[in-house]
Amino acid sequence: MAKVTIDGIEVEVPNGSNVLQACEAAGKEVPRFCYHERLSVAGNCRMCLVEIEKAPPKPFASCAYPVADGMVVHTDSPMVRAARRGVMEFLLINHPLDCPICDQGGECDLQDQAMGYGSDHSRYEENKRAVNDKDLGPLVKTVMTRCIHCTRCIRFITEVAGVPDLGATARGENMEVGTYVEKALGSELSGNIIDLCPVGALTSKPYAFVARPWELTKTDSIDVLDAVGTNIRVDARGPEVLRILPRLNEDVNEEWLGDKSRFALDGLKRRRLDRPWLRENGKLRPASWEEAFGAIARRMHGVAGAKIGAIAGDLCDAESMLALKDLMGALGSANLDCRQDGAKLDIGRRDFYCFNSSIAGIEEADAILLIGTNPRREAPVLNARIRKRFLMGGLQVGVIGAPVDLTYKVARLGEGPQAIAALGQGGEGFAGVLAAAKKPMIILGQAALARADGAAVLAAAWQLAVSVGALASDWHGFNVLHHAAARVGGLDLGFVPGPGGRDVAAMLDGSMEVLWLLGADEIEAARIPASTFVVYQGHHGDRGAARADVILPGAAYTEKNGTYVNTEGRVQRGFMAVFPPGEARPDWKILRAFSEVIGKTLPYDDLEALRARLAQVNPVFSRVGFLPRFGCSDHTGPRGDAGAVGAAAFGEAIGNYYQTDPISRASATMAACTQEIASPALLAQPRAAAE
Amino acid sequence: MSTAPSMTASTMTEPTEFAFDAESDALIAKVLARYPESRKASGTIPLLDIAQRQMKRTTGSAWVPRVAMDVIANRLEIAPIRVYEVATFYLMFNTKPVGTWHLQVCTTTPCWLRGSDEVTAACRKFTGIKGWGETSEDGQFTMTEVECVGACVNAPVLQVNDDFYEDLDAERTVALLEALQRGAPPPAGSTTGRQTSAPEGGPMTLLELPVPPGSGE
Repeated sequence: MAKVTIDGIEVEVPNGSNVLQACEAAGKEVPRFCYHERLSVAGNCRMCLVEIEKAPPKPFASCAYPVADGMVVHTDSPMVRAARRGVMEFLLINHPLDCPICDQGGECDLQDQAMGYGSDHSRYEENKRAVNDKDLGPLVKTVMTRCIHCTRCIRFITEVAGVPDLGATARGENMEVGTYVEKALGSELSGNIIDLCPVGALTSKPYAFVARPWELTKTDSIDVLDAVGTNIRVDARGPEVLRILPRLNEDVNEEWLGDKSRFALDGLKRRRLDRPWLRENGKLRPASWEEAFGAIARRMHGVAGAKIGAIAGDLCDAESMLALKDLMGALGSANLDCRQDGAKLDIGRRDFYCFNSSIAGIEEADAILLIGTNPRREAPVLNARIRKRFLMGGLQVGVIGAPVDLTYKVARLGEGPQAIAALGQGGEGFAGVLAAAKKPMIILGQAALARADGAAVLAAAWQLAVSVGALASDWHGFNVLHHAAARVGGLDLGFVPGPGGRDVAAMLDGSMEVLWLLGADEIEAARIPASTFVVYQGHHGDRGAARADVILPGAAYTEKNGTYVNTEGRVQRGFMAVFPPGEARPDWKILRAFSEVIGKTLPYDDLEALRARLAQVNPVFSRVGFLPRFGCSDHTGPRGDAGAVGAAAFGEAIGNYYQTDPISRASATMAACTQEIASPALLAQPRAAAE
Repeated sequence: MSTAPSMTASTMTEPTEFAFDAESDALIAKVLARYPESRKASGTIPLLDIAQRQMKRTTGSAWVPRVAMDVIANRLEIAPIRVYEVATFYLMFNTKPVGTWHLQVCTTTPCWLRGSDEVTAACRKFTGIKGWGETSEDGQFTMTEVECVGACVNAPVLQVNDDFYEDLDAERTVALLEALQRGAPPPAGSTTGRQTSAPEGGPMTLLELPVPPGSGE
């Protein structure tokens, strides 16, 4: 530790810290453009100048100057102020005066700091330089004349995202940030450079000229378009969600957000179900709530519980799933399932289906085996964490599954489940790495489980975890990576077939007389025979609604207070940012209202009562936000027979990252991304460089 | 190679493919032997130079097409953008085709004081080129303005391809350009005939043998 005095305040900071960090520790704000705590130090904007006593009499860039014991720093001396004013004057020489038409206005670092260090006029009389704008694809809009060359975007794309597309070409006055070859950014995290850009050079293309930051109401929420449970902030004006930004959560997403989660929000306004619909003579017609409920009640009347089934989709909140489960229970049905893809998950124990090492725990791992998963598409923010760990050094990653570019170096160990058993036998290569690792992680994806031998693969992976010592009293190295936000919540609630109950595949074959789809759009709804009466409750007119006999309009995740459990098993709550459109209502209220119609009233009248019931069903729901980490002392594995694994290669759980759910399928922005970035030709050729 | 050697700089377009030939490959092997395997990105500048020379050899125009940069990135196992950055940073790499004779006029202060304006004007008049970075219609010449090339003692200097022509004035510049046009470049160095950067008109100092110390004088 080094003792440093900042403006008379003495602080102790770890050796190797820089002066800027010491200033922050002392509570002194230092202006900066290029420095960012999650990126490498560039030291090129010169805004963070400070004065250091007994050092050469010149201002020092505090972000790039290491602390020393006994250092005395001034952050607000006349020299510092003059130096920063000088830097600001230089930065403004080529920066256009277009704040009134700039989307960054109101949340611009340069604008804010010019208030502190800018002059009211410029001494520069030459022409300002102009730079051609770059086309970085459908997500990021560029106005390159505004660029101040802080290189944050270049460092993010290269270091964190691991898709080095951006660079600084030419030099001096002619330096330009761009891709040199015109192309869309190929990273699933590219939207983060919009947040990182301290000026208006990189802004959101879909959000261009839409709103000013002070017009927006900001609501904390949880992202549901993947299972990471990214903490987000929903910015809305009136009834419209205008943008979604990440919130800081060191344990989950740090401060990053995947592109789908950030930009699919225009899908919240399209293809919405804003009133109940009823199928009459083969055609859907608008109906009232009474008519819709009446039609379902009439059809259900006299139907045995065993002939009624319910399937929960991937975006559901835990409250509505519990309401549906309780309703099915009241009707005497055990036909429940929340695993639309048919993944053979075992709910015998919670650590059979959770990401037990936790996302933050990835940083402790020294060997990672990915089985049937492409985290870059299934959970890009989590993949960035693996890459972060990889860049720290000393991490070996092995992959069993399809050959994909994960942005870090991997060892390919085979494409099918046979390779799992081979690793357990020890020996050279990656098997040796796993056996020698102190904190090995085995990450099992849904592509490995959603197949006929899924249960066997699950058991084999568990067995491997046991044999390589991944299950210790202080480390749980067995992980299941989900990509459906509702999945772990559903499993925690026991939204799976009860005794004698049927699973998804069995419910679709016509054995059900009434089938209740709660936002279930990833099943082959068209396959459901006409004899089955389908109730679709959800927010988008997607696959499920197309087949439905009655449509009950529900609320999307931005329109309800909901509880979600991420792939780690972390319980998090999102808040309502806007009201559901038209006659749509929060899903649990719909179920509660319907239960009354059929005389089986659910025993909760408000959200608090429902949440109390959640905690009663599974105590984990009372532990919001915090995730305790457990080791594993009971090595008894899941039910499957590890010897029964097949030979077929693992497929991919997500073909196109940009369109995976009803919201992103309704989004025009995501459609543009699919066309420009994830076109089949691009998907077919993983870059050679990352092999 | 998709571009035929007969093409001139003004009509030459970005080739669709590039591969190092045997001569270049031999040089690359030598260059890469200098760096440890994990640091072979250090070979970016030498490889760009080798590519530019190969282009000169095979097409008559010394430039690095984008495909060549991609080949280099692939060879060094780095992202292509890292090569683009280096190639565009150094003005010695031409990212667009240049003429047979690349006239690099130094206009930094010492050369300017000694008459680089005259040299520039003579080049423009002879070649018909209007602005910097342009190529003459016959594809023979490209004019580029360069910063100090480090031969101030012999200012003004005109660098043609790899060679320096020094102590120029308008007349001698035209004579040089005529020779270049004929395809007979004169020997590099001072155009006034002085020896390297020794004083004009022969030695001015140390004309006598110095007296050895301790000889009694």
